[in-house]
Amino acid sequence: MATLDIRNVSKSFGATHVLKDINLSVDDGEFLVLVGPSGCGKSTLLNIVAGLLDLTRGTMMIDDVDVTSLEPKERDIAMVFQSYALYPSMTVERNIDFSLRMRKVPEAERAAKVREVAELLQIEPLLHRKPQALSGGQRQRVAMGRALVRNPKIFLFDEPLSNLDAKLRVDMRHEIKKLHQRLETTIVYVTHDQVEAMTMATRIAVMKDGEVQQFGTPDDIYQRPANTFVATFMGSPPMNLLAGKVNGGGRTVTLAGGTQMPVPETAPALDDGRSVHVGLRPEWFTPLAPGEDGPGALQVTVDVLEPTGPDIYASLHYGGEDLMARIPAGTSLTPGETRGFRIALDKAVLFDAESGVALYG
Amino acid sequence: MSAEADVFVRRLTTRQIINRVIVYAVLIVAAALFLVPLAAMVFTSLKSMPEITGAAPYQNNTILTPPQDPSFAAWGQAWSSACIAVACDGLRSYFWNSIVMVTFAVAISVSLGAVNGYVLSKWRFRYDNIIFGLLLFGCFIPFQIVLIPIARILGLMGLSGTVAGLVFVHVAYGVTFTTLFFRNFYVSVPDEIIKAARIDGAGFWAIFFKIILPISGPIAIVAVIWQFTSIWNDFLFGASFSGADSRPLMVALNNLVNTSTGVKASNVDMAAAMIAALPTMLVYVVAGRYFVRGLMAGAVKG
Repeated sequence: MATLDIRNVSKSFGATHVLKDINLSVDDGEFLVLVGPSGCGKSTLLNIVAGLLDLTRGTMMIDDVDVTSLEPKERDIAMVFQSYALYPSMTVERNIDFSLRMRKVPEAERAAKVREVAELLQIEPLLHRKPQALSGGQRQRVAMGRALVRNPKIFLFDEPLSNLDAKLRVDMRHEIKKLHQRLETTIVYVTHDQVEAMTMATRIAVMKDGEVQQFGTPDDIYQRPANTFVATFMGSPPMNLLAGKVNGGGRTVTLAGGTQMPVPETAPALDDGRSVHVGLRPEWFTPLAPGEDGPGALQVTVDVLEPTGPDIYASLHYGGEDLMARIPAGTSLTPGETRGFRIALDKAVLFDAESGVALYG
Repeated sequence: MSAEADVFVRRLTTRQIINRVIVYAVLIVAAALFLVPLAAMVFTSLKSMPEITGAAPYQNNTILTPPQDPSFAAWGQAWSSACIAVACDGLRSYFWNSIVMVTFAVAISVSLGAVNGYVLSKWRFRYDNIIFGLLLFGCFIPFQIVLIPIARILGLMGLSGTVAGLVFVHVAYGVTFTTLFFRNFYVSVPDEIIKAARIDGAGFWAIFFKIILPISGPIAIVAVIWQFTSIWNDFLFGASFSGADSRPLMVALNNLVNTSTGVKASNVDMAAAMIAALPTMLVYVVAGRYFVRGLMAGAVKG
């Protein structure tokens, strides 16, 4: 149980700047997810938090104690790795109690803790097996057991679910979240999967090229992305971006397809002629009745329909751009038809066309 | 259509049989070729001298004729009473010299190689690649070049003409190879295991002894076989740096064969050569099947 403060952390390997002035701070019991495409520096940052890598500049505080120059074992953290990193020559039991043996914990106490953790993770029958005799999901559990047994201040997870198949990944995601709710230990979790980030985090740091693009709650990140990168990286299918120009005294936007739509409610006062992108989540589209039109409604051509069960993903053409809308199952649409779609003006986000930065009022 | 398929299957099978026959024939011929010298040695060592020289009634015998009246007398002589230079005590004491030398040299060079390999593959430090390159370079230095410098160094260390001196030389040379073996093996061990151990509170040596060493079996066997064979069979260093009391077996074998008093006792020579070769053969028989496995382990990343 601990707070974590990452202050002005930079990391360079020679002339390559992997992390640029990172500032993140999480409260006790939070679930922080670092998410971003590969090469964004998220794993490097996690390794720095763990103390496995030295930082070039900056400070790392755990519970308001400066741990910047402390060894990993002195930081009271535990880490779960993508490859699980189980010790091949040891049984599951030995793997789990290794850290306790290193700390010279008495045998009776060790055995009790191993039993407790094994019970929690339901791996008691596996205790005397070697890692090579375990399946991927079982190895994952053992790796978590190894982290849990010490009761550390902070858990670090480095893409722990990437090597699992789709179904198991969903199960383990659920279990990690449940575990967090139960133990209320601070967690830092690295992933490239935005679904994992959205489902598990209490706070998300979206990273790209060694910089934090946005740091906020999942809801913030989703509803109010800070820039077009965050808007398109988070969410599946990604947010649609439509090019347009502000006019009508800052009250309307003319889209490339010719439609005039009111400026979204989220936007600030803008000068006429400013080039913008209108950001629209797929579920912010509502189909109108055939032939119907309305203020700011988009007349689009329906291209492909992909029913997923509860929803239909509809690929749409509008003014030479491709859009993706997510509409309730049962909506009657036909590929090839032209249809009006109302857009949620209370949610739509405007981005500066040049910098990609979101414009909020 | 099914008839066609049948024909196809049958033709393939015939071809497979022919292939099989060719492969086995080649293998058997090759194996026989390699075994001929061994058979000649063993047969000769078990024969009496008249049988070897072809005196009556053995005129028609060749070197590959099995012994008519096998006897281990020559082995006994080679072991305990053959004359080497002026002493006629057989190979006994030299065999012991070699055992002591090879045991220490192998143990030390393999242990150092394991530690070196661990450091060079799992811990980053300044100039680590240069150090590894220099160590590698050591593998390619011919023995002959360093004879005189080593003699001087052994003299300075006070180890001239001792078993300890020979052990030192073999360790110095062997470490380059064992380091290479272990380093390449450890490169395939995921770094995350080391990270996990560091977080779990293990230090440099705890990680080595508790995590790395227990999985080093295959490559350790490769290193041991390699080192044992090359040190046991070494003649040059043994001839150059040993004293009267520290001569290794290979030097003694050479002296025994070259000691010329009267008729050349080929059976004793062959028996002596067999005695000298037995330990390496034993090592191969015991550990050989791990050898290939260990060689592969470094090459094929898991």
